[in-house]
Amino acid sequence: MAILLFAEHDNAALSDQTARTLTAARRIGGEIDILVAGKGAAAVAQAASAFQGVRKILLAEADALEHRLAEPAAALIVSLAGDYDTVIAPATTTGKNVLPRVAALLDVMQVSEIVEVVSADTFKRPIYAGNAIQTVQATDGKKVITVRTSGFEAAQAEGGSAPVETIGATADPRLSGFVENRLSESERPELASARIIVSGGRALGSEERFRQVILPVADKLGAAVGASRAAVDAGYAPNDWQVGQTGKVVAPELYVACGISGAIQHLAGMKDSKVIVAINKDEDAPIFQVADYGLVADIFDALPELERAL
Amino acid sequence: MKVLVPVKRVVDFNVKIRVKADGTGVDLSNVKMSMNPFDEIAVEEAIRLKEAGKAEEVVVVSIGPAQAQETLRTALAMGADRAILIKVEDMVEPLAVAKLLKAVADAEGPRLVVLGKQAIDDDANQTGQMLSALLGWSQATFASAVALEGDKARVTREVDGGLQVIEVALPAIVTADLRLNEPRYASLPNIMKAKKKPLEEKTPADYGVNVDARLKVLKTEEPGTRKAGVKVASVAELLDKLKNEAGVLQF
Repeated sequence: MAILLFAEHDNAALSDQTARTLTAARRIGGEIDILVAGKGAAAVAQAASAFQGVRKILLAEADALEHRLAEPAAALIVSLAGDYDTVIAPATTTGKNVLPRVAALLDVMQVSEIVEVVSADTFKRPIYAGNAIQTVQATDGKKVITVRTSGFEAAQAEGGSAPVETIGATADPRLSGFVENRLSESERPELASARIIVSGGRALGSEERFRQVILPVADKLGAAVGASRAAVDAGYAPNDWQVGQTGKVVAPELYVACGISGAIQHLAGMKDSKVIVAINKDEDAPIFQVADYGLVADIFDALPELERAL
Repeated sequence: MKVLVPVKRVVDFNVKIRVKADGTGVDLSNVKMSMNPFDEIAVEEAIRLKEAGKAEEVVVVSIGPAQAQETLRTALAMGADRAILIKVEDMVEPLAVAKLLKAVADAEGPRLVVLGKQAIDDDANQTGQMLSALLGWSQATFASAVALEGDKARVTREVDGGLQVIEVALPAIVTADLRLNEPRYASLPNIMKAKKKPLEEKTPADYGVNVDARLKVLKTEEPGTRKAGVKVASVAELLDKLKNEAGVLQF
């Protein structure tokens, strides 16, 4: 039994999502190798070697792997797959892009976005936007799995000293090329791994007011900023802030929903948060049905007051 | 250029689904079914390419029961030219769907396949990537903008940190994210016209594809539910609860 974990990183730092996926991999059991595919990513491999209970870190560096585009990344994983019976990755946009390609090339049916490991071949995963949980047993010889990381604690990267082995990249299939990233620059924590998230909905009314009202509270709390689909569709917040079925699925310690009504598709993205606070003017808003603490108030009064009190 | 668009018949996104009490699945009897919303976006994108003179023909294909004809007719009413229904009775997993679609692509020779990024029933998010792998084509998933330029497509993708722009060689697979476009409603005359458009019926055997499931579904259950908590009267009370009761704020 050996597991290949496809690490999430940005060539400079290892993502917390990798640490969470490692926890899932440990529950499956067996020797675990972590694959760091990238360019100029030696520091990432070094960081990964600090995890305990990891056999080795495989570092593959090439121009084609810099942005981990699907075709070269999948070709690399497939070339290594013979030595492993499980390939696992966090269900980030990179993991979701690359792993099904790996699965098809291996003629394996992937198990997507597991939230629980029942046994080495049996997993729980949400379907219908989290409105049902399916327990599935994978019958293929190899397993290809993506992990919904909000369901797993992050493994601590300390005390380990797994060796880093540099491996060659496979030839670039040259099917696709990177043009540019337009990433949101932010000093705030990443949504997927933040301890606290402050989210805004359509009630904010404009991008300007979203920024005026939500951001100061988030910054006082050291929180990441989220948004409902309605707020994103209306242009109040960028797409990568969207929490929900079609956005990010998060489970922070504290989720503060501000002016969010609580559509099913939004709840699917945050209902596993430890503590949920809802602030909404409409006392019948569905969000109050999942909130631990509900405050019926106008967000334009309550949020500035909250910010001053913090 | 021909564009192929696979569409799936799923429970309508407005329906609150019920899990069967015996744990064998989700109750689909007497439930409103519709085209998967992401697939609608894919159909719209293909039709816009045709309207812009960049594509000559839009072929839609569905793998599902006889009723998936309705889904295909919806796509035809939106503006697709013809349809293929591969009839199956049971749920078919993404890997088998991808194999069937590969066979269709081999027969039809499209330069572009546009799919929804995921179906809102099984939430697998696999079919497009798998099809791309089986065809050996390039893939551009989670697209929010697609521009065809000669034998390439420039695609803007929605990624975790924001947006990413890539260029893929044609033929290519594109999977549609939410913000790619807003699908049109079919007009009544177009719905009538769609009834006369060609719809061909096939079976997996016609393509020599085995659609047996690889994943065994052992159980389907309700998710753990959250109970509504308490209402607080003021910001001060909220802060007090968060600090002293929930313990999630330290100061």
